[in-house]
Amino acid sequence: MFTYYFRLGLRSLRRNTVLTGLMIAAIAVGIGACMTALTVFRAMSGDPIPQKSHQLYAPQIDNWGPDKHTGGAPDRLEPQLSYTDVLGLMKAHAAKRQTGMYASLQSLRPADARQKPSKVFVRAAFTDFFPMFDVPFKYGGPWSASDDAARAAVVVLTRDMNDKLFGGANSVGKTIRLDNEPYTVSGVLDDWRLLPRFYDLAIRPFGDGDAIFMPFTRAIDKHMANTGSTQCNGDIETGWEGRLKSDCIWLQFWVELPTAMDVRAYRAFLNNYAAEQQNLGRFHWPPHTQLRDVTQWLQYRNIVPSEVRILILVSCGFLLVCLMNAMGLMLAKIMGRAGDIGVRRALGASRRAIFAQCLIETGVVGLAGGLFGLLLTALGLWAARSLLTKEFVALAHLDWADTGIAVLLAVGATVLAGLYPTWRAAHVQPAWQLKAQ
Amino acid sequence: MEFRPIISAMRRNKIGAILIAVQMAITLAIMCNALFIIEQRVALSQRPTGADEANVLFIRNQWVGNPPDASARLQGDLAALRALPGVQDAFATNSVPMSGGGSTEGLNLHEDQKDATALAALYFGDEHAIAAFGLKLVAGRNFNSGDVVDKVGYTDLKSPTGIIVTRVLADKLFPGGNAVGQSVYGVARSGRTPIIGIVDRLQVPWVSAGGWGSKFNDSSMIEPFNFVSVFPFYYVVHTQPGQLNTVLQSAPKKLFDISRARVIEKTETMTAARAEAYKDDKGLVVILSVVCAALLAVTAFGIVGLTSYWVAQRRRQIGIRRALGATRNAIVQYFQTENLLIAGAGAAVGVALAVSLNLWMVNAFAMQRLNTSYALIGAIVVLLLGQAAVLWPALKAASIPPALATRAA
Repeated sequence: MFTYYFRLGLRSLRRNTVLTGLMIAAIAVGIGACMTALTVFRAMSGDPIPQKSHQLYAPQIDNWGPDKHTGGAPDRLEPQLSYTDVLGLMKAHAAKRQTGMYASLQSLRPADARQKPSKVFVRAAFTDFFPMFDVPFKYGGPWSASDDAARAAVVVLTRDMNDKLFGGANSVGKTIRLDNEPYTVSGVLDDWRLLPRFYDLAIRPFGDGDAIFMPFTRAIDKHMANTGSTQCNGDIETGWEGRLKSDCIWLQFWVELPTAMDVRAYRAFLNNYAAEQQNLGRFHWPPHTQLRDVTQWLQYRNIVPSEVRILILVSCGFLLVCLMNAMGLMLAKIMGRAGDIGVRRALGASRRAIFAQCLIETGVVGLAGGLFGLLLTALGLWAARSLLTKEFVALAHLDWADTGIAVLLAVGATVLAGLYPTWRAAHVQPAWQLKAQ
Repeated sequence: MEFRPIISAMRRNKIGAILIAVQMAITLAIMCNALFIIEQRVALSQRPTGADEANVLFIRNQWVGNPPDASARLQGDLAALRALPGVQDAFATNSVPMSGGGSTEGLNLHEDQKDATALAALYFGDEHAIAAFGLKLVAGRNFNSGDVVDKVGYTDLKSPTGIIVTRVLADKLFPGGNAVGQSVYGVARSGRTPIIGIVDRLQVPWVSAGGWGSKFNDSSMIEPFNFVSVFPFYYVVHTQPGQLNTVLQSAPKKLFDISRARVIEKTETMTAARAEAYKDDKGLVVILSVVCAALLAVTAFGIVGLTSYWVAQRRRQIGIRRALGATRNAIVQYFQTENLLIAGAGAAVGVALAVSLNLWMVNAFAMQRLNTSYALIGAIVVLLLGQAAVLWPALKAASIPPALATRAA
């Protein structure tokens, strides 16, 4: 029966091609607009590390005092930590894994002296960084904890960087020159992309990022300047040592806490740490600390631009208009065929049969609209990528989930919009229609 | 025109009429909010920087390593750039307008103030800064070479001998208008600093909508420092009129001739920097315009479709009216009035919807309040759209021959 109705549906759609075309076009345009915005939103608000987003935490400590956060977050905490506090937390080693980190823009000397030097983002971190964030390696591995302690001149390259410098060959043990100093390659990453790069949201969270990693201790030793954001408050002494001693906040800090018990313990530890600083006379206020996992952190930092939300709103309104449009046209189409339906009813078709037939017909329209809508979504994403920067549209691509959502949304919405016209069709009075003929 | 027959006819086609009215209402609500956002973003992207944008280019330079003679290299580069054919002047600075990166400092009027009186973007520069940007000095004096000293990175906290501020910053600090000669305190350093000059305008580096700089857009100051740093910094080059593209090629070439131990990340004109800085705003404008156009088109086609159907449905009645003496004009007018009633209802709901949508966005995204003229313009557009869309089906209806009344049934 279904295939018969399906064929009937197709036949009826062919009968009035202009009206059918308008309906399909309206649904396709609406789905295209709505799905473009939704795909961008999904890409930007997605979980960058689903297997661990509830095990990785960013601690926050108020090291400025409650009345020094003017213009900041309402919770009177800052997103970064000072060097003093990172050092304290690293020493305490209270989590399974932990790393302080920052980014520095360094110049890379090519092996071929005729080539010009280029700039690279270097991330200074501790060796825990790699297992914590499930970073995949292609060759070699992370540097060791003793390299951290010894401030060793070792680096880990991303796959792209290794392709650029060594043509993709195994470069473990080879040397690169960063800012005129030699560094030994200890490992090369495999493809690794975090969207957004949650661990440091100050630097283009959706753009290209860290190309080289090196021990934090080495970067500090070499006075490598911070490229991200630095905020200072209170007295500072001049020079690099002054910066390290100061309460300027410029470092990110992440810990891995596998169980709920670890989380509770770490919360208590953070509070104790702040209380201890108060006792030592460094803080003149009661402990004010916070611990947020990746999901909470992304929400807290509010990284999806409000423009994306506005576009979602606009495009959903647009889809609504398109659907009401299709509904009006369907109504016109079905009522135009009242005579047909009257004859079928007179020949013994039940209301249910008419209802089913019309519903399948609208389903076919929705399916066609959804498929064309997918094409328009691809087109829309292409347009969005060329019109906007990466910070707006991330690397939004249509995946299978998006495709499924688009088709389901199209068919579901169209059938819903078609319910009333269909109901009207099922209530056509056969006698009246036959008389009028 | 008789409204009664139209209304009673509409009551028999309730759903169709409601569908059109609601479509028009949503179209109106989205359209006038979108137009409002478009207008704001266009205005945002046209804000002046204060520089002579048509003739200025930026070179972003970073030394390789941390050369001990960085200060001498900086002066060597600047001398070479100033001597280059086609160049009016040049200077080196930590940041430039529209770059999105830089430094902010809170300024106080008293030494132990809790909340800063004003936030200001920080630019470093020597006595050539004003000429190289093409700024206008409106009060006080420019730096002289005696004022300018080296600043070794951001961790070097020496205080400047005096600062030049923008007019907006001067007025914020000293509303009395006597800023030159007065002193301010920096939050991050000790000692007071006199204001020695005022420039008409110099925009902060952060220009994104609602971003860091949005609250103090024209509040900047120049400190008399040569920025000797491991950080990337900018050479700002002011060219003679018509020489911009020549210098765009010759300047980086000259710098590489002097030394290759540097990275020049980019060399770009201020025009290019502006296009890059406002790319997202322009993109949003384009996207919203396309969505508005598509909305209007979809709504128009919907009206054409449904009205055509009504015409087809009422062919016999129209024939009878024509046979009874109604003119073609009367038929066209009938459909136009019908549409006007529907669109009027839609527009009324739409204006209310537009205002509440805007109020919600004001809350959720800190948007500005919608100017009511946008809602009125939107209402007029929607009414005109309805009239235009209904014309074709109405003319078709008017062409139904009166003889039809005698023929069928």
